[in-house]
Amino acid sequence: MTALLEVEGLTKRFPGVLANDAVSFAVERGQIHALLGENGAGKSTLVKMIYGSMRPDAGAMRLEGQPYAPTDPGAARRAGVGLVFQHFSLFDALTVAENVALGLPPEEAGADLAERIRKVSAAYGLPLDPERRVGELSVGARQRVEIVRCLLQRPRLLIMDEPTSVLTPQEVGQLFRTLRQLRDEGVSILYISHKLDEIRELCEAATILRHGRVTGRCDPRSESARSLAEMMIGQELAATRPLSAAPGEVRLTVRGLSLAADRPFGTALRDISFDLRAGEILGVAGVAGNGQDEFVEALSGERRAQHEAIRLDGAPIGAFGPDRRRRLGLCVAPEERLGHAAVPDMSLTENAILTARRRARLASRGGVLRLGAAARFARAVVERFDVRTAGVEHAARSLSGGNLQKFVVGREIMQNPAVLVVAQPTWGVDAGAAAAIRQALRDMAEAGAAVLAVSQDLDELMEISTRFAVMAGGRLSAPRPMAELSVEEIGRMMGGTGGEVAHAEA
Amino acid sequence: MLRLEPRKEPSRLMVWATPPAAVLLTLVFGMVLFAALGKDPLRTVEIIFVEPLLSPFSRAELLVKAAPLVLIGVGLSLGFRAGVWNIGAEGQFIIGAVAGGAAGLAVYDTPGLWVLPMMCAAGMLGGFAWAMIPAILRIRFNTNEILVSLMLVYVAELWLSALVGGPLRDPEGFNFPESRLFHDSATMPILIEGTRAHVGVLVALAVAGLAWLALQRHVFGFSLKVMGQAPRAARFAGFSERRAVLACMGVSGALAGLAGVFEAAGPVGQLVPGLPAGYGFTAIIVAFLGRLHPGGVVLAGGVMALTYIGGESAQLEMQLPAAAISVFQGMLLFFLLGADVFVNHRLRLRRAPATESA
Repeated sequence: MTALLEVEGLTKRFPGVLANDAVSFAVERGQIHALLGENGAGKSTLVKMIYGSMRPDAGAMRLEGQPYAPTDPGAARRAGVGLVFQHFSLFDALTVAENVALGLPPEEAGADLAERIRKVSAAYGLPLDPERRVGELSVGARQRVEIVRCLLQRPRLLIMDEPTSVLTPQEVGQLFRTLRQLRDEGVSILYISHKLDEIRELCEAATILRHGRVTGRCDPRSESARSLAEMMIGQELAATRPLSAAPGEVRLTVRGLSLAADRPFGTALRDISFDLRAGEILGVAGVAGNGQDEFVEALSGERRAQHEAIRLDGAPIGAFGPDRRRRLGLCVAPEERLGHAAVPDMSLTENAILTARRRARLASRGGVLRLGAAARFARAVVERFDVRTAGVEHAARSLSGGNLQKFVVGREIMQNPAVLVVAQPTWGVDAGAAAAIRQALRDMAEAGAAVLAVSQDLDELMEISTRFAVMAGGRLSAPRPMAELSVEEIGRMMGGTGGEVAHAEA
Repeated sequence: MLRLEPRKEPSRLMVWATPPAAVLLTLVFGMVLFAALGKDPLRTVEIIFVEPLLSPFSRAELLVKAAPLVLIGVGLSLGFRAGVWNIGAEGQFIIGAVAGGAAGLAVYDTPGLWVLPMMCAAGMLGGFAWAMIPAILRIRFNTNEILVSLMLVYVAELWLSALVGGPLRDPEGFNFPESRLFHDSATMPILIEGTRAHVGVLVALAVAGLAWLALQRHVFGFSLKVMGQAPRAARFAGFSERRAVLACMGVSGALAGLAGVFEAAGPVGQLVPGLPAGYGFTAIIVAFLGRLHPGGVVLAGGVMALTYIGGESAQLEMQLPAAAISVFQGMLLFFLLGADVFVNHRLRLRRAPATESA
C-alpha cells in the first residue's frame, strides 16, 4: 500500500538561505506524523509547499500515488489537504457559520451549513455554536472553528501548524482526542510542533528537520525526549570561543518583573529576575509568543514596569520611558524592523535620528535637528556594518530585510550603550552579515558592555552567549553559564516540562 | 474589469499632481453644476476664479480671507500629520474671538499699544482652552476627538449668541445682539491703505514659516511625522502620544483662536452672532489641499479664499444660491481625496495585464 503523501527531494531557496534542502518523507494513511524542528528549521516553508501557497524549486510530491503539485491553496483543498494555521484567519465581527462559509467553496456553503457545523462539531467533540460571534470566542474555540472548517471538506490529510501553542492543557487534551478519532477514521495528520512531550504522546512517526534538512526519522513513542532533542538541536555544540573579559560589575538588575498582557494573544510576564553584568552576553531562548515581545518592550520602556523592578547601574528605571532609558545607557534593537525599529517611509538619516538623537547628539538641547551630523552618523553605520543601500537619503523600506536589520542593530551598537538588548539579532540576515553582527555583539561585550540577546535561533545563542536562559509562558529560567550546559540540558530547559524529560531519562 | 493595485512606493509625481488635478476636476464638475442650475458655466467660473484677481480691491479681500484660513490650516496640518484630528477649529475660532473681543471691550476706555497684543493673547488662550477639552478627554478617557471637538463648535456658537445678547451687548445698540464697535487701538492695523487687508496676513505667513521650520528642523515636528507614519516606532523612539495630542490640539486651538481675534478686530470690528464664516471648517480642506505642508497650505489658502470671494460675487451677479458655492468647495476636498487613491494605487485592466493607466 502506497503512503498517502510522499515528499521527495523538496528544495526551496530564498535569497541567502536554503530553507529546504532535498527534504523527503512519507505520511502513511491514518497516521499522525510529526514534523519536528526548531524555529527556522524550515517547517513552515515545507508546509507552505504542501499546501500550495509556495512552489518548490525542485523535488516532487505524490498524493495517494498520484503526482501532486498544488498551484494554490484552493487546489490543495480540492485534493483533500486541509491546514489549520497557527494564527487564525477569522473575522471577529462575523458568526462562526459565516466565518466557516467564507473558507468554503460557494457550492458547499449552503443554507444547511449551520446544521452541518453542529453535526461535525458533535461528532468530533468540538463544541461550537454556529450562531456565536467569533469575537466572543476563546482562543481554543477559534481553533475549533478552523478545524471544523477543514473537516467540512472531508480532508484526507490534515496539517496542524503548532496547534497547541495557544491552548490550555484541558484544550490540548480535547484536541488530542479529536485528532486520534480522525486518525482512527483513516485521516492522516501532519502535526507540526517543537514540543517533545506532546509528540511522544500523540504521534506514531516523526520527521526531524534542522537547517532545512531531514536529520532524523523515528517513532517518537520509542524515543526519549533527550534523543529527540538531540536530533532537533544537533549533537555538536558550536565551538564557542569564550569571551576574554571576565564578567564585571552588574549593570542591569531585574527583580520580580511582572506585567499583565496588554493585548489578545499577548503573554503576561511573571516574576522575572536576573542580573546582567558588564562583559557578558546573556542569551534568552524560547519559542515565539512566550513573552519575548513583552519582555523586550518592558526593558526598552515602551511598557512601563514597577519603578524598582528594573535597575540600571543600581538606579531604578522601571517607570522611565525609552528616551530616558536610552540617555542613561540602555539601548534596544527590537525584532520587528519596519514600523517598530524603523519608520518605513523615512530615510536612513531620519531613522538614525529616531533613536540616536540623544546619545549621538543628532539634535541640540533645544531640539533643533542636526541633519548633517545625522547623515554622517547614518553613513558611519552603513559603512561599518556593510549595509547595502544606494545612500542614506533612501527610505528604510527600500532596503532588504537583512540590510535593514544590519542598520538597526548597527545604529544601537554605534551609540555605545552600557546595556544593549537585541531581539532576533540576525533574523533574515545572510550568513556573512549574521557572522558580522554576532562578532560586533561579542566585541561590544569584550569592550565592557552588557548584552542581552533574545533569539529563537539556538545555534546562534550557543555561539555567542556566555550565559543562557529560556523564556516560557512569560517566565524566565534562572540563567546558567553556557560552558556548563550540555545539549541535553538545553533540550530539557527548552522542553519546559522538566518532569516528563526526567522520567524519560530514568 | 478595472481594479486598483497598490504601488510599491507612492508616486512622487502624483503627490504633487493631485491637488491641481482636483482643482481642475472641481472646475469641470462645477461647470456642470452651474449649467444644471441654468447659469452660464463659463461666465460663472470666470467670476469665481478670474475676476477677483483683476481688481486691487478684491486682491486685498483675498488676503483678508486667506489669512485666517492659512493660520488655522497650518495648525490643523500639524495635528493631522500625527493622527490628531481637530475638526472643531471653528469652535476654537469663535471662543478665541469672544475671549479676545471681551478683553478688548473690558479696557474700552483706556487705549494703548498694548491693547491689541493683550487681545491676541486672550484669544489664543481661549482657543487653546477650548481645544484642551477634547484633548484631555481623549488622553484621559480615550474619547474620539473628532466628535468632541465638532460638537463643541455648536456649543461655542451658542456662547457667542448668549454673550453678545447679554453681558457683551452694546449699551447704546438699541438691544441688537451686537457688541460695541472696537476702539481704534483694539482693531487690526491696516496693511494696505484703503483696503481691509490687515497685519494678520504677515502673522499667518510667519506662522507658516515657523511650522515649516518645526517640521523640517525640530524634534517636535519630526516626532509628529513619526507618530503619523509608524505609531509603534514613535513609542519605541520615546515620543509620547499624550504629549503630541496636547501639543497638536493646543497649537491648532491657539492659532484658530488667534484667527478669531483677527477676524473680530479686523474686517468685522465688533462681536456679532454672524462672526463665524466657516473658516474653521474650510481650513480642513485647506490643510489637505496643501498636502499638510506649510507652503502648500499657504497656496491652498489662497485658492480657497478665491472661491469665497468669487463665490460671493457669483451669488450677487449670477444669483447663485450660497449652497452651490459650499457644494463647489466640498467637491474640491472630494476630488482631492479621490485623486489621492492614485498616489498609492494604480489602475489596471484585469484581463489585459500589459495595459495600464494611472
